[in-house]
Amino acid sequence: MSALIVTLLSLSGITTLLAVLLVLADRIINNYGEVEVNINEGKKKLKVKGGSPLLFILAENKIFVPSACGGRGSCGMCKVKVLSDVGPILPTEEPYLSPDEKKEGVRLSCQVKAKKDISIELPEWLFAVSKFKAVVERITELTYDIRELRLRLLDPLSIEFKAGQYVQLIIPPYDQVKESVMRAYSISSPPSQKDAIELIIRKVPGGIATTYIFEHMKEGEEIEFVGPFGEFYLRPTSARVIAIAGGSGMAPIKSIIMDMYEKGIEREIYFFFGARSKADLFYLDFYDELQKKYPYLHFIPALSDPKPEDEWEGEVGLVTDVAEKYLKSLPPSDQEGYLCGSPGMINACVKLLTRYGISEDRIYYDKFA
Amino acid sequence: MGVPINPFVLMFAAVFTSNMVLSNFLGMCSFISVSKELKTANGLGLAVTFVMTITSVLNYIVYYYILVPLGLEYLIYIVFIIVIAAFVQLLEMIIDRISPALYINLGIFLPLITVNCAILGGALFLIIRNYSLIQSLTFGFGSGIGWWLAIVALAAIRQRLRENDIPVALRGSGITLIIIGIMALAFIGFSGVLRVQ
Ligand SMILES: Cc1cc2nc3c(=O)[nH]c(=O)nc-3n(C[C@H](O)[C@H](O)[C@H](O)COP(=O)(O)OP(=O)(O)OC[C@H]3O[C@@H](n4cnc5c(N)ncnc54)[C@H](O)[C@@H]3O)c2cc1C
Ligand code: FES
Repeated sequence: MSALIVTLLSLSGITTLLAVLLVLADRIINNYGEVEVNINEGKKKLKVKGGSPLLFILAENKIFVPSACGGRGSCGMCKVKVLSDVGPILPTEEPYLSPDEKKEGVRLSCQVKAKKDISIELPEWLFAVSKFKAVVERITELTYDIRELRLRLLDPLSIEFKAGQYVQLIIPPYDQVKESVMRAYSISSPPSQKDAIELIIRKVPGGIATTYIFEHMKEGEEIEFVGPFGEFYLRPTSARVIAIAGGSGMAPIKSIIMDMYEKGIEREIYFFFGARSKADLFYLDFYDELQKKYPYLHFIPALSDPKPEDEWEGEVGLVTDVAEKYLKSLPPSDQEGYLCGSPGMINACVKLLTRYGISEDRIYYDKFA
Repeated sequence: MGVPINPFVLMFAAVFTSNMVLSNFLGMCSFISVSKELKTANGLGLAVTFVMTITSVLNYIVYYYILVPLGLEYLIYIVFIIVIAAFVQLLEMIIDRISPALYINLGIFLPLITVNCAILGGALFLIIRNYSLIQSLTFGFGSGIGWWLAIVALAAIRQRLRENDIPVALRGSGITLIIIGIMALAFIGFSGVLRVQ
């Protein structure tokens, strides 16, 4: 009996001792004291407890760097330019950084830990980002796999954004999904509308966020998002706008076009919208109406694979081929490219537009990846 | 207590003649899986050496000053593993602090040092063979260095082999095991130099 007790006591004694030592070591080794995060050369200085990833430190201080994976290092969206030395690029960051970005000191903010004073550079628009609470006011089926969501803001009550920017919806845990996720969706309503936003969402089979939106989301429920994000917006020049989009890539372009119309901007717009068949088209009436009121706009839907029953009389072919046909015949002018859609479509469009004399720094795009 | 062997001879023996991995075939798992890159192999070798040296001494103290007086020698396995596990945790914190890149490169193999049998094996050897404290220290250190040397050598060979045309069926662990076999043969040559048990 006493042998048993001695055994138990000594075993627990040894483990407890080691555990206490580890806790102490953790206190000492992982204590980085207070560190200073210097943002944009002193424009803002944060005094924070060191040791945690930059992404979280910034979020705690109400600066919402974009992130779709919640800091697991799997989305590559949380890029931030780091000016001070924070050690070599980690293997987890490697796949997301281009050679140019590496040279400039761009890092993934969820992987970089602030262990000592650190200076970083953030784009101005990031300071305007905040977290919103909203209610799903209306869900509209646009096609068999595309929905429009209208979110009315509850807190804060209004949002300022540039046409073309996106927000990140926070999808709550549901079914097998145990953690909330964030996904980027472009705002399709114009910035003049400040008390609600609209999103256009295409279903991705098996997608975490889109399955929620298509199968669980109900009108009247509350949802949160952060934003606005992004550098995809109309540049204030007088160049002709060549916009190309497919599917839900409609969203930011619609916002930009409505904004231009409302402001009475006198720039020519050619908007090529690619779809497979008529079942994939939406907003046709909306654009018909708008073109009558706003003669600068030319909306050109193109079907790559029209069905006989579609009785389609518009353009047929890949959206890039249709756009090329127009680019060939348009009178020469200063032009800018605005692209939105899958990475594959965007790469093809960039190639096309550069061939027609639009330099890459005047082609703006959002890759929906 | 103890066997009359000069601690430094013992260290030399642990590195070459009774190399942990190549003579005793202990610590094979990470030896094979982390030997693709010289840099990571080097990091792991360093970490294993560090753990092996310190835990040899720690385990020696725990055994002779806690377990023996209490008559609990039969707890040797579980206690040694706990000591090693705790120490590896500590090492993890230290590496994360000093070199996050190495920390991520070692990945799962860092916590797995705990179950690297070379480390438990080393600790058990020093008890079975009645080493003294100093001998345990040099033996642990030597065993670590031996393991480090072996994994660095293997990683270097594997990096060179990468450009070579290896039969498909042998690619990966097949050819690695053959290389290890040949390396082990070479190390057997050392055992004639000096026999230490
Ligand atoms: C800046 C930006 C703006 C965006 N704006 C919009 C928008 O306005 N409307 C919209 O519908 N989406 C938009 N997206 C895409 C959106 O953020 C999600 O990636 C998409 O809805 C899929 O999310 P999910 O959680 O359902 O799928 P996940 O669970 O993330 O993915 C499931 C699988 O589908 C694949 N996949 C992910 N996205 C797509 C896709 N778009 N097409 C095909 N396969 C995919 C993934 O590789 C994965 O294998 C935008 C993305 C970015 C980066
Ligand atoms: S937040 Fe997704 S990679 Fe950093």
